[in-house]
Amino acid sequence: MRKVIFILLGFYFGFILIKSEAVSWYRIVEMFQFQSIHLFGVIGSAVGVGTLSILLLKVLKVKSIDKEVLDISKKKLLPKSNIFGGLLFGAGWALVGACPAPLFIHLGLGNWIIVIPILSAILGVFIYGITKKYLPH
Amino acid sequence: MKSILEIIEQPWPWYVSGPLLGLIVPLLLVLSNKQFGVSSSFRHLCAATGVKSVEYFNYNWKKKGAWQLLFVLGVLIAGITVGTVIELKVGVLSKGTASQLTQKGIEVNGFFPIDTFSFSGVFWWVLILGGLLIGFGSRYAGGCTGGHAITGLSTLSLASLLSVIGFFIGGIISTLILLKYIL
Repeated sequence: MRKVIFILLGFYFGFILIKSEAVSWYRIVEMFQFQSIHLFGVIGSAVGVGTLSILLLKVLKVKSIDKEVLDISKKKLLPKSNIFGGLLFGAGWALVGACPAPLFIHLGLGNWIIVIPILSAILGVFIYGITKKYLPH
Repeated sequence: MKSILEIIEQPWPWYVSGPLLGLIVPLLLVLSNKQFGVSSSFRHLCAATGVKSVEYFNYNWKKKGAWQLLFVLGVLIAGITVGTVIELKVGVLSKGTASQLTQKGIEVNGFFPIDTFSFSGVFWWVLILGGLLIGFGSRYAGGCTGGHAITGLSTLSLASLLSVIGFFIGGIISTLILLKYIL
Protein backbone atom coordinates (compact mmCIF):
# COMPACT_ATOMS: atom_id res chain seq x y z
CA MET A 1 0.00 0.00 0.00
CA ARG A 2 2.80 2.35 0.99
CA LYS A 3 4.47 1.74 -2.34
CA VAL A 4 1.35 2.75 -4.23
CA ILE A 5 1.31 6.14 -2.45
CA PHE A 6 4.74 7.01 -3.86
CA ILE A 7 3.77 5.96 -7.37
CA LEU A 8 0.55 8.00 -7.13
CA LEU A 9 2.36 11.08 -5.82
CA GLY A 10 4.93 10.72 -8.60
CA PHE A 11 2.09 10.47 -11.11
CA TYR A 12 0.46 13.59 -9.65
CA PHE A 13 3.72 15.53 -9.77
CA GLY A 14 4.55 14.35 -13.28
CA PHE A 15 1.10 15.21 -14.60
CA ILE A 16 1.16 18.74 -13.16
CA LEU A 17 4.72 19.15 -14.43
CA ILE A 18 3.43 18.50 -17.95
CA LYS A 19 0.52 20.92 -17.49
CA SER A 20 2.91 23.61 -16.20
CA GLU A 21 5.11 23.12 -19.29
CA ALA A 22 8.18 23.03 -17.03
CA VAL A 23 9.00 19.96 -19.13
CA SER A 24 9.25 22.04 -22.30
CA TRP A 25 12.69 22.59 -23.81
CA TYR A 26 11.33 25.78 -25.37
CA ARG A 27 10.10 27.14 -22.03
CA ILE A 28 13.55 26.61 -20.50
CA VAL A 29 15.18 28.59 -23.34
CA GLU A 30 12.56 31.28 -22.77
CA MET A 31 13.13 31.40 -19.00
CA PHE A 32 16.91 31.64 -19.11
CA GLN A 33 16.63 34.63 -21.44
CA PHE A 34 13.94 36.31 -19.31
CA GLN A 35 11.58 36.38 -22.29
CA SER A 36 8.50 35.30 -20.35
CA ILE A 37 7.25 35.27 -16.80
CA HIS A 38 5.77 31.79 -17.23
CA LEU A 39 8.32 29.46 -15.61
CA PHE A 40 9.35 32.06 -13.05
CA GLY A 41 5.68 32.14 -12.05
CA VAL A 42 5.52 28.34 -11.90
CA ILE A 43 8.63 27.99 -9.72
CA GLY A 44 7.85 31.07 -7.63
CA SER A 45 4.28 30.07 -6.83
CA ALA A 46 5.35 26.46 -6.13
CA VAL A 47 7.89 27.76 -3.62
CA GLY A 48 5.25 30.12 -2.18
CA VAL A 49 2.81 27.28 -1.56
CA GLY A 50 5.62 25.06 -0.26
CA THR A 51 6.80 27.73 2.21
CA LEU A 52 3.30 28.48 3.42
CA SER A 53 2.50 24.76 3.84
CA ILE A 54 5.65 24.15 5.87
CA LEU A 55 4.89 27.15 8.04
CA LEU A 56 1.37 25.86 8.68
CA LEU A 57 2.57 22.31 9.37
CA LYS A 58 5.04 23.72 11.90
CA VAL A 59 2.63 26.09 13.63
CA LEU A 60 -0.13 23.46 13.84
CA LYS A 61 2.44 20.82 14.90
CA VAL A 62 1.03 18.41 12.34
CA LYS A 63 2.30 14.82 12.55
CA SER A 64 2.67 12.40 9.65
CA ILE A 65 -0.04 9.75 9.19
CA ASP A 66 2.30 7.37 11.05
CA LYS A 67 2.24 9.84 13.99
CA GLU A 68 5.87 10.82 13.43
CA VAL A 69 7.23 14.32 13.99
CA LEU A 70 7.70 15.78 10.50
CA ASP A 71 11.21 15.99 9.07
CA ILE A 72 11.40 19.69 8.22
CA SER A 73 15.20 19.79 8.58
CA LYS A 74 17.12 22.15 6.33
CA LYS A 75 19.71 20.96 3.87
CA LYS A 76 23.26 21.22 5.17
CA LEU A 77 25.01 24.43 4.16
CA LEU A 78 28.17 23.67 2.16
CA PRO A 79 28.78 27.00 0.38
CA LYS A 80 31.43 25.78 -2.06
CA SER A 81 29.60 22.69 -3.17
CA ASN A 82 26.24 24.48 -3.27
CA ILE A 83 27.63 27.20 -5.53
CA PHE A 84 29.96 25.14 -7.75
CA GLY A 85 27.52 22.25 -8.00
CA GLY A 86 24.68 24.71 -8.59
CA LEU A 87 26.51 26.40 -11.47
CA LEU A 88 27.28 23.05 -13.12
CA PHE A 89 23.75 21.74 -12.65
CA GLY A 90 22.26 24.95 -14.08
CA ALA A 91 24.54 24.71 -17.11
CA GLY A 92 23.39 21.13 -17.70
CA TRP A 93 19.72 22.02 -17.17
CA ALA A 94 19.96 24.62 -19.92
CA LEU A 95 21.97 22.44 -22.33
CA VAL A 96 19.47 19.57 -22.17
CA GLY A 97 16.46 21.82 -21.64
CA ALA A 98 15.21 19.54 -18.88
CA CYS A 99 15.94 18.96 -15.20
CA PRO A 100 15.79 15.48 -13.61
CA ALA A 101 12.01 14.88 -13.28
CA PRO A 102 11.25 16.13 -16.83
CA LEU A 103 13.90 13.73 -18.20
CA PHE A 104 11.61 10.89 -17.12
CA ILE A 105 8.56 12.65 -18.56
CA HIS A 106 10.25 12.93 -21.96
CA LEU A 107 11.13 9.25 -21.76
CA GLY A 108 7.47 8.44 -21.02
CA LEU A 109 6.29 10.64 -23.87
CA GLY A 110 8.52 8.66 -26.21
CA ASN A 111 11.23 11.23 -26.99
CA TRP A 112 13.80 8.46 -27.21
CA ILE A 113 16.82 10.72 -27.68
CA ILE A 114 16.38 11.62 -23.99
CA VAL A 115 17.88 8.23 -23.12
CA ILE A 116 21.25 9.87 -23.86
CA PRO A 117 21.12 12.56 -21.13
CA ILE A 118 19.49 10.11 -18.67
CA LEU A 119 22.41 7.70 -19.05
CA SER A 120 24.99 10.46 -18.98
CA ALA A 121 23.36 11.97 -15.86
CA ILE A 122 23.75 8.60 -14.12
CA LEU A 123 27.36 8.53 -15.32
CA GLY A 124 27.79 12.08 -13.99
CA VAL A 125 26.58 10.99 -10.54
CA PHE A 126 28.95 8.04 -10.72
CA ILE A 127 31.86 10.35 -11.53
CA TYR A 128 30.85 12.58 -8.61
CA GLY A 129 30.84 9.56 -6.29
CA ILE A 130 34.38 8.65 -7.32
CA THR A 131 35.82 12.19 -7.29
CA LYS A 132 33.94 13.47 -4.22
CA LYS A 133 36.94 13.28 -1.89
CA TYR A 134 39.05 15.46 -4.19
CA LEU A 135 36.47 18.24 -4.57
CA PRO A 136 36.14 21.37 -2.38
CA HIS A 137 33.03 21.12 -0.19
CA MET B 1 -17.78 25.93 -20.34
CA LYS B 2 -14.75 23.95 -21.32
CA SER B 3 -15.09 20.20 -21.21
CA ILE B 4 -12.85 18.27 -18.84
CA LEU B 5 -11.01 16.80 -21.80
CA GLU B 6 -10.24 20.27 -23.12
CA ILE B 7 -8.91 21.34 -19.72
CA ILE B 8 -6.69 18.27 -19.56
CA GLU B 9 -5.35 18.83 -23.07
CA GLN B 10 -4.51 22.50 -22.60
CA PRO B 11 -1.47 23.82 -20.74
CA TRP B 12 -2.38 25.40 -17.40
CA PRO B 13 -1.43 28.94 -16.41
CA TRP B 14 1.47 29.28 -13.97
CA TYR B 15 -0.76 30.48 -11.14
CA VAL B 16 -2.64 27.17 -11.30
CA SER B 17 0.13 24.68 -12.09
CA GLY B 18 2.78 26.30 -9.84
CA PRO B 19 0.77 26.09 -6.60
CA LEU B 20 -0.29 22.50 -7.44
CA LEU B 21 3.40 21.59 -7.87
CA GLY B 22 4.19 23.19 -4.50
CA LEU B 23 1.58 20.97 -2.81
CA ILE B 24 3.87 17.97 -3.36
CA VAL B 25 5.95 19.22 -0.40
CA PRO B 26 3.24 18.92 2.31
CA LEU B 27 1.70 15.85 0.62
CA LEU B 28 4.94 13.84 0.81
CA LEU B 29 5.67 15.07 4.33
CA VAL B 30 2.28 14.26 5.79
CA LEU B 31 1.71 10.98 3.91
CA SER B 32 5.21 9.55 4.36
CA ASN B 33 7.48 12.02 6.21
CA LYS B 34 9.77 12.36 3.18
CA GLN B 35 11.32 15.52 1.80
CA PHE B 36 10.58 15.95 -1.88
CA GLY B 37 13.51 15.66 -4.29
CA VAL B 38 14.35 13.83 -7.50
CA SER B 39 18.07 13.84 -8.23
CA SER B 40 19.07 11.45 -5.41
CA SER B 41 17.24 8.78 -7.40
CA PHE B 42 20.26 8.78 -9.77
CA ARG B 43 22.48 8.06 -6.78
CA HIS B 44 20.22 5.18 -5.72
CA LEU B 45 20.42 3.78 -9.26
CA CYS B 46 24.24 3.84 -9.04
CA ALA B 47 24.11 2.25 -5.58
CA ALA B 48 21.75 -0.43 -6.89
CA THR B 49 24.44 -1.63 -9.29
CA GLY B 50 26.34 -2.79 -6.20
CA VAL B 51 29.49 -0.66 -6.34
CA LYS B 52 30.37 -1.00 -2.66
CA SER B 53 33.97 0.07 -3.22
CA VAL B 54 32.91 3.70 -3.70
CA GLU B 55 31.95 5.11 -0.31
CA TYR B 56 29.30 7.44 -1.78
CA PHE B 57 27.36 4.43 -3.10
CA ASN B 58 27.92 2.14 -0.13
CA TYR B 59 24.61 2.36 1.70
CA ASN B 60 21.33 0.51 1.88
CA TRP B 61 19.68 1.97 -1.23
CA LYS B 62 16.53 -0.11 -0.81
CA LYS B 63 15.91 1.28 2.65
CA LYS B 64 16.94 4.84 1.86
CA GLY B 65 15.89 5.21 -1.74
CA ALA B 66 13.16 2.78 -2.74
CA TRP B 67 10.46 5.40 -2.13
CA GLN B 68 12.20 7.85 -4.45
CA LEU B 69 12.63 5.31 -7.23
CA LEU B 70 8.90 4.52 -6.94
CA PHE B 71 8.14 8.24 -7.10
CA VAL B 72 10.22 8.54 -10.28
CA LEU B 73 8.38 5.50 -11.66
CA GLY B 74 5.13 7.42 -11.06
CA VAL B 75 6.55 10.42 -12.95
CA LEU B 76 7.47 8.12 -15.84
CA ILE B 77 3.98 6.57 -15.84
CA ALA B 78 2.50 10.10 -15.99
CA GLY B 79 4.54 10.71 -19.14
CA ILE B 80 3.51 7.39 -20.70
CA THR B 81 -0.17 7.93 -19.85
CA VAL B 82 -0.34 11.49 -21.12
CA GLY B 83 1.62 10.51 -24.23
CA THR B 84 -0.78 7.72 -25.15
CA VAL B 85 -4.15 9.00 -23.90
CA ILE B 86 -4.13 12.75 -24.36
CA GLU B 87 -3.56 14.87 -27.41
CA LEU B 88 -1.38 17.54 -25.85
CA LYS B 89 -1.76 21.16 -26.84
CA VAL B 90 1.22 23.37 -26.19
CA GLY B 91 1.15 26.96 -24.98
CA VAL B 92 2.17 29.98 -27.01
CA LEU B 93 5.79 31.02 -26.55
CA SER B 94 6.76 34.64 -26.11
CA LYS B 95 7.37 36.49 -29.38
CA GLY B 96 11.05 36.96 -28.60
CA THR B 97 11.70 33.25 -28.11
CA ALA B 98 9.54 32.21 -31.06
CA SER B 99 11.26 34.50 -33.57
CA GLN B 100 14.70 33.57 -32.24
CA LEU B 101 13.97 29.88 -32.75
CA THR B 102 12.55 30.49 -36.24
CA GLN B 103 15.76 32.30 -37.18
CA LYS B 104 17.76 29.29 -36.02
CA GLY B 105 15.50 26.99 -38.02
CA ILE B 106 14.33 25.21 -34.87
CA GLU B 107 10.78 23.98 -35.22
CA VAL B 108 8.48 24.29 -32.21
CA ASN B 109 7.08 20.80 -31.88
CA GLY B 110 5.62 19.48 -28.62
CA PHE B 111 8.02 19.81 -25.71
CA PHE B 112 11.30 18.93 -27.34
CA PRO B 113 12.97 19.82 -30.66
CA ILE B 114 13.48 16.22 -31.75
CA ASP B 115 14.56 17.31 -35.24
CA THR B 116 17.40 19.35 -33.77
CA PHE B 117 18.56 16.76 -31.25
CA SER B 118 18.18 13.55 -33.20
CA PHE B 119 20.25 10.36 -33.16
CA SER B 120 21.34 11.10 -36.73
CA GLY B 121 22.01 14.79 -36.04
CA VAL B 122 25.20 16.51 -34.94
CA PHE B 123 24.06 17.85 -31.57
CA TRP B 124 23.74 14.71 -29.49
CA TRP B 125 27.03 15.58 -27.78
CA VAL B 126 25.24 18.60 -26.25
CA LEU B 127 22.87 16.14 -24.57
CA ILE B 128 25.75 13.96 -23.35
CA LEU B 129 27.55 16.95 -21.85
CA GLY B 130 24.33 18.38 -20.43
CA GLY B 131 23.41 15.06 -18.82
CA LEU B 132 26.86 14.71 -17.25
CA LEU B 133 26.54 18.21 -15.78
CA ILE B 134 23.00 17.52 -14.52
CA GLY B 135 24.13 14.38 -12.70
CA PHE B 136 27.44 15.64 -11.39
CA GLY B 137 26.20 19.13 -10.53
CA SER B 138 23.01 18.08 -8.76
CA ARG B 139 24.85 15.66 -6.48
CA TYR B 140 27.68 18.13 -5.86
CA ALA B 141 25.17 20.85 -4.94
CA GLY B 142 23.10 18.37 -2.91
CA GLY B 143 19.88 18.68 -4.90
CA CYS B 144 18.22 19.77 -8.13
CA THR B 145 15.22 21.88 -9.03
CA GLY B 146 13.05 19.63 -6.85
CA GLY B 147 15.15 19.23 -3.71
CA HIS B 148 16.76 22.66 -3.67
CA ALA B 149 14.42 25.00 -5.54
CA ILE B 150 11.06 23.64 -4.35
CA THR B 151 11.72 21.86 -1.03
CA GLY B 152 14.88 23.69 0.04
CA LEU B 153 13.60 27.21 -0.56
CA SER B 154 10.32 26.23 1.14
CA THR B 155 12.28 25.36 4.30
CA LEU B 156 14.17 28.68 3.97
CA SER B 157 17.47 26.85 3.63
CA LEU B 158 20.50 29.01 2.85
CA ALA B 159 22.21 26.04 1.15
CA SER B 160 19.30 25.90 -1.28
CA LEU B 161 19.30 29.64 -1.90
CA LEU B 162 22.99 29.52 -2.86
CA SER B 163 22.39 26.48 -5.06
CA VAL B 164 19.41 28.01 -6.85
CA ILE B 165 21.37 31.20 -7.53
CA GLY B 166 24.02 28.90 -9.00
CA PHE B 167 21.38 27.09 -11.12
CA PHE B 168 20.26 30.35 -12.68
CA ILE B 169 23.70 31.83 -13.31
CA GLY B 170 24.86 28.53 -14.84
CA GLY B 171 21.66 28.26 -16.90
CA ILE B 172 21.78 31.82 -18.22
CA ILE B 173 25.42 31.47 -19.31
CA SER B 174 24.90 28.10 -20.91
CA THR B 175 21.73 29.20 -22.77
CA LEU B 176 23.67 32.14 -24.21
CA ILE B 177 26.46 29.83 -25.40
CA LEU B 178 23.98 27.24 -26.71
CA LEU B 179 22.04 29.75 -28.80
CA LYS B 180 24.91 31.93 -29.90
CA TYR B 181 27.66 29.42 -30.67
CA ILE B 182 26.21 25.94 -30.87
CA LEU B 183 22.78 25.79 -32.49
